Amino acid sequence: MVDLSTPHLVTSLLLALLACTAVTIVRTRSLLAAIMLTGIYSFLGAGWMVLLDAPDVAFTEAAVGAGVATILALATVALIGHKADERSHSPLLPLAVVVLTGGVLVFGTVDMPHYGDPLAPSYTYPSPSYIERTREEIGIPNVVTAVLASYRGYDTLGETTVIFTAGISVLLILRGRKRRRERGAP
Amino acid sequence: MIGQSILRTVVKLLIPYVLLFALYVQFHGDFGPGGGFQAGVIVATGFILYSLIFGEATARRAISLPLVERLTALGVLIYAGVGVASMVAGGKFLDYGALTPHHPEHGQHLGIMLVELGVGITVAAVITTIFFTFVARNRA
Repeated sequence: MVDLSTPHLVTSLLLALLACTAVTIVRTRSLLAAIMLTGIYSFLGAGWMVLLDAPDVAFTEAAVGAGVATILALATVALIGHKADERSHSPLLPLAVVVLTGGVLVFGTVDMPHYGDPLAPSYTYPSPSYIERTREEIGIPNVVTAVLASYRGYDTLGETTVIFTAGISVLLILRGRKRRRERGAP
Repeated sequence: MIGQSILRTVVKLLIPYVLLFALYVQFHGDFGPGGGFQAGVIVATGFILYSLIFGEATARRAISLPLVERLTALGVLIYAGVGVASMVAGGKFLDYGALTPHHPEHGQHLGIMLVELGVGITVAAVITTIFFTFVARNRA
């Protein structure tokens, strides 16, 4: 029996649009169109994450995936030109690799617990202990924030350091090159 | 996009609310969805939007880039500094409860707010820096 309730309809519609966008990105030869479509893909993904009750991930996807990544890709296209090279080889081998990888991934999901299954490992361990203890140990209502910033504070410090390193690397690579050019070296 | 008056007016009206929403996500992260990373990203998109519509030169006058580059390190320092502060207060590294020995919950609350602020500052500064470095490369 097909479930026709509104959340299922909206989810199916979003996933169908995601699939259409992905196919169009692969088929288009214009890099500009492909970049705009990846932005649309990110917005659809953000909408889907809201449906999955993950608004914080949706914020990030909308701002980084659709906003910043699109802008940076456009800046890159402004440097390298907006036409993709013509296909120089047969698409059969890449298609076979993609179909094989996709098949293995789908095969992997067979073992996964059904969406929303209360007996799924992620719901039985360890999240109940976090949910039970956050209120008395941390005293804030948002368990996600408590886990990220306190229980797993080391991980988040590491992630912040990774972002800092990324920023420093971009500065060193792009700006370092500009200085060298000003000095007259090749 | 100079001379597009509709875009310029709409963006001028929009940016204060983008930044306000970022502050809400930053400091309401204990209660609602979001936190430092999301807030930092939203602040950066606000700056990028301004730069796209009003031009890079105008944006560089509004934002001091040398300052933003130093802020990338400041956020990490705030985060690690809270960890060191909780060690000095007698706890373990990043054990915020030690900051206020009589009310560990208050220390947790304070610590989480400060480290989220650190994350927000670093993320906003890094993304803004990357964007302006890319734009400068395009111009060169």
